[in-house]
Amino acid sequence: MLLSEAAQGGGYFSLAPLLIGFPILGLLINLLFGRRMGERFSGVVASTAIALSFGVAVLQFLALRAHPEGARVLLAEWISIGQLTVPWALRMDTLSVAMSLMVTGVSTLIHIYAIGYMHEDVRFQGDPGRYTRFFIYFNLFVAAMMVLVSADNMLMLFVGWEGVGLCSYLLIGFWYEKGEKGIGNALAGKKAFVVNRIGDFGFLIAIFLTYWTFGTLEFGAIFHEIEVAGAELSGPLTLIAFFILLGVTGKSAQLPLYVWLPDAMAGPTPVSALIHAATMVTAGIYLITRNAALFSMAPAASNTVALVGALTALFAATIAVGQFDIKRVLAYSTISQLGFMVAAVGMGAYVAGMFHLIGHAFFKALLFLSAGSVIQGVEHGLHHADPHGHHDFDPNDMRNMGGLRSRMGITFWVFLIGGLALAGLPPLVGFFSKDEILAEASLLNRPVYFLLTVAAFFTAFYVGRQILMVFFGPARSKAAEHARENPPVITLPLIGLAILTVFGGLLNFPGLHTLTDWLEHTLPHVHAGEFKPAVAAISTLLALIALYLAWLLYGRRPMEAGHVDPLRRILGPVFVGMENKWWVDELYHALFVRPYVATARFLAETLDWRFWHDWFHDVVLAGTFNRLTHWLAWGFDLPVIDGAANGLADLVQGAAGKLRTLQTGYVRNYALSFFAGVVLVLSYLLFR
Amino acid sequence: MNLPTAYVLGLSALLFTMGALGVLIRRNTLVIFMSVELMLNAANLAFIAFARGAADLAGQVLVFFVIAVAAAEVAVGLALIVAIFRTKHSVDIDQINTLRG
Amino acid sequence: MSVDLILFIILATVAVASAAAMLISSNAVYSAMFLVLNFVTIAVIYLVLNAAFIAMVQVTVYAGAIMVLFLFVIMLLGAERAGKGPSIPWQRPVAILMGAVLLGEMAYILLARRGELLAALGEVPQGFGSPTSVGSLLFSRFLLPFEVTSVLLLVAMIGAIVITRDERKESQ
Repeated sequence: MLLSEAAQGGGYFSLAPLLIGFPILGLLINLLFGRRMGERFSGVVASTAIALSFGVAVLQFLALRAHPEGARVLLAEWISIGQLTVPWALRMDTLSVAMSLMVTGVSTLIHIYAIGYMHEDVRFQGDPGRYTRFFIYFNLFVAAMMVLVSADNMLMLFVGWEGVGLCSYLLIGFWYEKGEKGIGNALAGKKAFVVNRIGDFGFLIAIFLTYWTFGTLEFGAIFHEIEVAGAELSGPLTLIAFFILLGVTGKSAQLPLYVWLPDAMAGPTPVSALIHAATMVTAGIYLITRNAALFSMAPAASNTVALVGALTALFAATIAVGQFDIKRVLAYSTISQLGFMVAAVGMGAYVAGMFHLIGHAFFKALLFLSAGSVIQGVEHGLHHADPHGHHDFDPNDMRNMGGLRSRMGITFWVFLIGGLALAGLPPLVGFFSKDEILAEASLLNRPVYFLLTVAAFFTAFYVGRQILMVFFGPARSKAAEHARENPPVITLPLIGLAILTVFGGLLNFPGLHTLTDWLEHTLPHVHAGEFKPAVAAISTLLALIALYLAWLLYGRRPMEAGHVDPLRRILGPVFVGMENKWWVDELYHALFVRPYVATARFLAETLDWRFWHDWFHDVVLAGTFNRLTHWLAWGFDLPVIDGAANGLADLVQGAAGKLRTLQTGYVRNYALSFFAGVVLVLSYLLFR
Repeated sequence: MNLPTAYVLGLSALLFTMGALGVLIRRNTLVIFMSVELMLNAANLAFIAFARGAADLAGQVLVFFVIAVAAAEVAVGLALIVAIFRTKHSVDIDQINTLRG
Repeated sequence: MSVDLILFIILATVAVASAAAMLISSNAVYSAMFLVLNFVTIAVIYLVLNAAFIAMVQVTVYAGAIMVLFLFVIMLLGAERAGKGPSIPWQRPVAILMGAVLLGEMAYILLARRGELLAALGEVPQGFGSPTSVGSLLFSRFLLPFEVTSVLLLVAMIGAIVITRDERKESQ
């Protein structure tokens, strides 16, 4: 894929910088005028900017249809030191355009949704002034994501990587003064940033190793080099791949660095939908796919990637079963599905991974936005029923919901579509994408296939549990009773996403292989996945069994208010483990956070304050200085210098006193001294 | 006239010394003043001796001036003594010692 | 031993004796009288040294005017009586010592370094020391000092009057 030989700019490709340019323009306009011009202005400007970006992505798509090999668009020189040249350059190939289309498309819908959602949310949280800031951050995020997706070299990708991490932090902690004890949201943002940092550290090492091995950071040049001398480089390539894996576990929330994603649900729902379901978290999978040439030459690393993905998928799915917060279930579900994708790309099934990435973006964004709709409906109900209600009522808790099917019809239907897609039922997109992964796994990696299948079973179960708990049965609280449907500005994007979910399967329908053909131009050695009816049948059957089990537990005898979850009685301690996320956060806290904080406290208080400041500065330095100055003032200045001055004065006074006696007042004495003088002078003159 | 100048000068020196001693030892202001006149006289004698020895009249003219100045000086000096006497009521020179240090 | 020398020795003795007497006598008037004698003796020595005019001036001004003035003041102030003993004990011994030293030095000069001074006196021109010769010199070469001295005498006169003026009468 020597893009240097391909069309350089020209045609629609020259518009590629606008992918990043439009969101930046949007955020600048909002920054300068947004607050003054009001909510509607801010929302519309932000959404239009992303929509224009989507338009540019479509144009890139059209351009690629004419030139499938892609193009390189040079923006500006950045680093040029010795042999290291890193420009700002965009790489428009089928992979990056596929990602761009997905990101800008889903972002547009979510932006429109956010116009309505944030309008209510800022009022619920009590600070209407923050509306504009939200959209500024949102646009900034899309700009950074575009940088990441269209980067031509690893360093520019890393810039986008860090940029989305920053926006994630800013948006998670959007309500920075709320949350547990008034600081919970801020802590969640900090946790996301810090954990991501650990991953970023791995990615940076990978970048350094890449430069060391290849002497360049440009993807085209690297992949060419791998093609030429691939076999000899397998050692360094494996190392680079492992470090990239570390970065991916951070950004895409895999074991062991997934712990930030559930806490990130503290941010507003559009944030969870866009960043933590559809786009930012998929950056890791994109990274691996982009470096397919590299990973295919490092089988040890690839296998590790697949295993990590599969284990994460199963682990997260078990936790999702025991969660009661509607968004938390979806968060762990996201981690689990990301595990699917990571396993896919680890096995070399890049197309399957990308297919699931795009499909998952559709239905997970749909699920999150619907969950947001549900939460907002419940909050409306709360205000309506109990205007001065308790503040410890959690609108996110599914135990406070129930029976919303009749009260929030549109939301129910779209949520159902999204949930069934997640469970993997045909003919929704989730079925096709997940099935392709399972099919590949059954061929390439049996253990991974087994893990993923079990995870799929759990997935279907918790989807059923969630839908039944939220929408069926009696309303378990006053708020749920008075919940009402949301305005079209919220429900229309939901419907849009639902449509995408329903028809998304066509992207890579078995036999049509649209996506495979598309990505073939960019990725080496991709082949169309075969449709294996056996695998499809097994997975569909398992999903139906799981849904039936969920209905048995939650549908037949719906939960009443205040009742205990039936699963708790059945599974007992296992359920407690699931509910408590297998105590991973607590483990990390004990293993890492506490010693670190203790060390920091020791360094700050004992070493810096008590030793350095109190003792060394105050006693040694200041004390010595004080003693020195005291000596100088009292021991030296006073006796010696003052003594000298005073002594001199005393001497003069004494001498004057003695000399004064010469002035006797007697004229005769004066005459005598004349005479003596005369005698002396004369004798001198005589005898000289 | 076979009078060597040295002898006259010797006399002059002797008279001068005696005048100086008088100034230093006597307490009566007027006697002190008279001793001063004696000293002047001794100087005059020396001048005359040299004038004779060098056959130059300039010495004698100088003596003339000295005598004139001495007269003026005596006049003023005695006036001073009289003025002092008005306050001190004494011509003892040791009484005039208020400028003691 | 010429006549001049013998004359001179006698005169010198008288001069010294009168000076000593002046110093020693306790009565101021006696001191004044002895000083007059001294002056007259010196005048005679002037005569011996061919300074006739100056000798006369000496007698006239010094012995005649100045000493008379002295006597006037002594009488006026009633100062003939001696004061009390010396109040500065060391004044007299030190003074005498100094005097002795001076004399010693002068003797040394006259004896060891006298050079030409012991030679016999040469001839003097006719009329040396006469009023004519002194006067002509006075009014030619020494005219300026002469005039200045006259001014000095005027100043002294005025000064004497001013100093002895009675302040009390004027302030009333």
